[in-house]
Amino acid sequence: MDKPVLDIRDLSVSFLTERGLLRALRNVNIPIDPGRIVGIVGESGCGKSTLISAIIRLLAPNAQIDSGSILWRGDDLLDLEPDAIRALRGDEISMVFQDPMTSLNPVLTIGRQMTDVQHRDNRSKAEKRARATRMLERVGIPDPVEQLDRYPHHLSGGMRQRVAIAMALMTEPGLLIADEPTTALDATLEVQIIHRLQQLQRDFGCAILFISHHLGVIAELCDEVVVMYAGEVVESGSTRDVFLNPRHPYTQKLLDCDPARIKKATRNLPVIGGSLPDLVELPDGCVFRPRCDISIDRCRSERPGLEGSNHCIACHLARQ
Amino acid sequence: MTNRAGFVRETFTALRKDSLGMTGLVIVVTILLLTLFASILSPYDPLEVDVYNRLVGPSWQHWLGTDQLGRDVLSRVLYGGRVALKVSLVAISVSMAAGLLLGMMAGFGPKWLDRVLVICFDTLRSFPTIMFALSIVALTGPSLNTVIGIIIITSIPVYGRIVRTQTQAMRDNDFILAERAMGASTAHILRHHVLPNIAAPLLILASMDVPAVVGMEAGLSFLGLGVSAPTPSWGSILNDGYSYLRNSPWPIIAGGIPLILVTLGFTFFGESLRDILDPKLRGKGGKF
Amino acid sequence: MIRFITRRGLLALFILFLAVSLLFAMIHMMPGDPANVLLGPKASPELKAELKQRMGLDQPLLVQLGRFYNDLAHGDLGIDVFSDRQVSEIVFEQLPYTLALVLAAIGGATLLGIPLGCFSALRRNSLLDRLTAIMSVAFIAIPSFVVALYLLLWLAVKWRWFPAMGAGESGNIADQAHHLVLPAVALGLGWVGYIARLVRASMLEVMEENHIRTARAFGLPERTIIVHYALRIAVLPTVTILGLGIGTMLSGALFAEIVFSRPGIGKLLHEAVLSRNYPVVMGSVLVTTTFFVLSTLVSDIINATLDPRLRERGKSS
Repeated sequence: MDKPVLDIRDLSVSFLTERGLLRALRNVNIPIDPGRIVGIVGESGCGKSTLISAIIRLLAPNAQIDSGSILWRGDDLLDLEPDAIRALRGDEISMVFQDPMTSLNPVLTIGRQMTDVQHRDNRSKAEKRARATRMLERVGIPDPVEQLDRYPHHLSGGMRQRVAIAMALMTEPGLLIADEPTTALDATLEVQIIHRLQQLQRDFGCAILFISHHLGVIAELCDEVVVMYAGEVVESGSTRDVFLNPRHPYTQKLLDCDPARIKKATRNLPVIGGSLPDLVELPDGCVFRPRCDISIDRCRSERPGLEGSNHCIACHLARQ
Repeated sequence: MTNRAGFVRETFTALRKDSLGMTGLVIVVTILLLTLFASILSPYDPLEVDVYNRLVGPSWQHWLGTDQLGRDVLSRVLYGGRVALKVSLVAISVSMAAGLLLGMMAGFGPKWLDRVLVICFDTLRSFPTIMFALSIVALTGPSLNTVIGIIIITSIPVYGRIVRTQTQAMRDNDFILAERAMGASTAHILRHHVLPNIAAPLLILASMDVPAVVGMEAGLSFLGLGVSAPTPSWGSILNDGYSYLRNSPWPIIAGGIPLILVTLGFTFFGESLRDILDPKLRGKGGKF
Repeated sequence: MIRFITRRGLLALFILFLAVSLLFAMIHMMPGDPANVLLGPKASPELKAELKQRMGLDQPLLVQLGRFYNDLAHGDLGIDVFSDRQVSEIVFEQLPYTLALVLAAIGGATLLGIPLGCFSALRRNSLLDRLTAIMSVAFIAIPSFVVALYLLLWLAVKWRWFPAMGAGESGNIADQAHHLVLPAVALGLGWVGYIARLVRASMLEVMEENHIRTARAFGLPERTIIVHYALRIAVLPTVTILGLGIGTMLSGALFAEIVFSRPGIGKLLHEAVLSRNYPVVMGSVLVTTTFFVLSTLVSDIINATLDPRLRERGKSS
């Protein structure tokens, strides 16, 4: 097996808040192998956004990294100078953001933004435009030449998200980070974008880190899944293993709550009882224990580590 | 409604933490006191002419020197505050009252009335204030009452518009609609809901308006179109000083300082008040 | 876009029409007979009647208004009874001086205010930011004629760095620019702070927007992000204000013109008011008010051009 392109090891990030240290990420391990699509699932507040910001080093000023490393092809991103990390952004590592309505500059044309993204190339403006046109074509935008001179508000949400994907793939990155790219879109568009992403991934061969709370999308698209809860990885493994044989109680509940999986007709959608723990004053032991149905005494005192070789679970009971 | 005494105390506590706002308040209060007690504090009669001591610099006899007729500049500056105080008090209270009435009429009245009033406001505002003032003075001749009248007319649209906006926002509020459905009269709604909610923005606007009003009076008096000859006003002191600028700089220096202090004091105080009472308005104050 | 301009233009025209009619009515309904003022109380009734006839004052008010608009349509602002010259000629002779002053003031204020506001936003709570905040509030509040007087007192009379009066030798650009400095500073100082505050506030807002995060995620140079991606949006409110600024300054220039004995519309108007020269008062107020209304109109249109979102809205409504 290849060495991972991106290897997040034992990463802990916290924020200085008025109430105290908010421990947003704790000992997170996520390896991403070249050309693989890795999905991260979890409720809002589980640390997905913090994780992305940490990777591209755009954390809020009150954030601090407590431990760990983020290895990019062997180099630790956390040690890089700001200039070096900027050189990676949009070149080796690209991003597609959640809300296509606000993630493009409203007063610059699509063409301007797409040529600006190629700021590292010494090509002529015409060549850059030609590349932008080809890219728009590949993400499935009709009349790409005309679109270049239009402004974002002329395009629908789905079209804008395609533009965003085209921009992200323009530099043929090694890793594409997609932060809930389809959440703001309706279901049919979502499917189209997902299929387009799959096809583009095959063409470009880049790895994709795909963040979503939509289990169906993850199952459809990803090779591997990482389940996060309250700033920790609770289960990770191949999509097949995790979805067919979920072993962490949180993953099991998450899957039970997915409307697409509910077989019996029911009036009430199942929900996971309780709420996320307070990340400023974390409980001792397992972070999921307050919401867990099957906890034992050990869960109260000892925090379970992530164990396993391919299918990893952070639960004392998972081994039994 | 909140307890009024508690509200005032809370505002003041917050104000004490803001050094700039507090400085503003201290300046405003000091100048107010100096003006009110001008007759006690003034070393001379501001109209007393002394031909032997014309345009002299500061000395123990005349702290701020004398003007071209030998009148004591310090006394004139102290009395000049009375003109500024009178103009701002009368002009702001009248235009606020009129703006309140017209703004509520526009906000709560029929749609045609709203349209007419808005067009009237816009027309008045389309005149540059100083041009409007000059053309009126051209007709009536210089007088302090004209100045007050001009300031009132040009300020009404400012107050009227903000009252109208607030009234409209209140009118469409769910709880107002509910009260109306339960048979509350318009007068009741205006008095018990709209008025208390407009009070804070109006207070802020008024304290920010003082510099503009004082500046306008001083400006017109400086142009010789405000107070008539012997009456001291900060503007007329500057006007006299301007004519004899090359002989003595003191009248200009002395006439400008209270103007600068008053405008700064009220602005800092007003800004601070706005931040405390209505953080949403932050950054919206300014030139107009 | 064209519909937007037409609608906005018609509204401006209507307001201008109302304002001018109001002014006209006021001038003609107020007490104080211009003929009396002009010729003095001892003049013979025949002389007064002749003058009134010449100025058209013997006609009913509505006829006068009609004649006034008819003349106006032909670019005729009436005749100055003192010098027997066309008012329009006198006004347009003075206008370039005022325009030069206003443009110098607004130009300087913009060139200083935008970078000041931008730096304040980027270095939030720094010494520069706090200083800018206090100074801008201060200079917005202080009446411009007081600033003008102090500048005159120190920089022109005491230290003699700048000339104290006039507009400079005609044809000598350097001399004219030298004469322009102090009046322009007095007129524009308040606006430096005002523009800086405006730019700062909108810059802070823009830098928090998602598309800036996108630009950063693509590793665009910080300079490009600030200048092309953020500032371009952050100056939009300033552009709206600039039009208003020019309009307000056209009348505010009056004080600077008087303090520095500079020719211009303001000085013309002041002298006309003091001598009760109604046609000249009317003419100069009319021209400034027109400029004022036009400049707000133009700034609305520029704003719509710069912000494509606004333009779209104008089209669809």
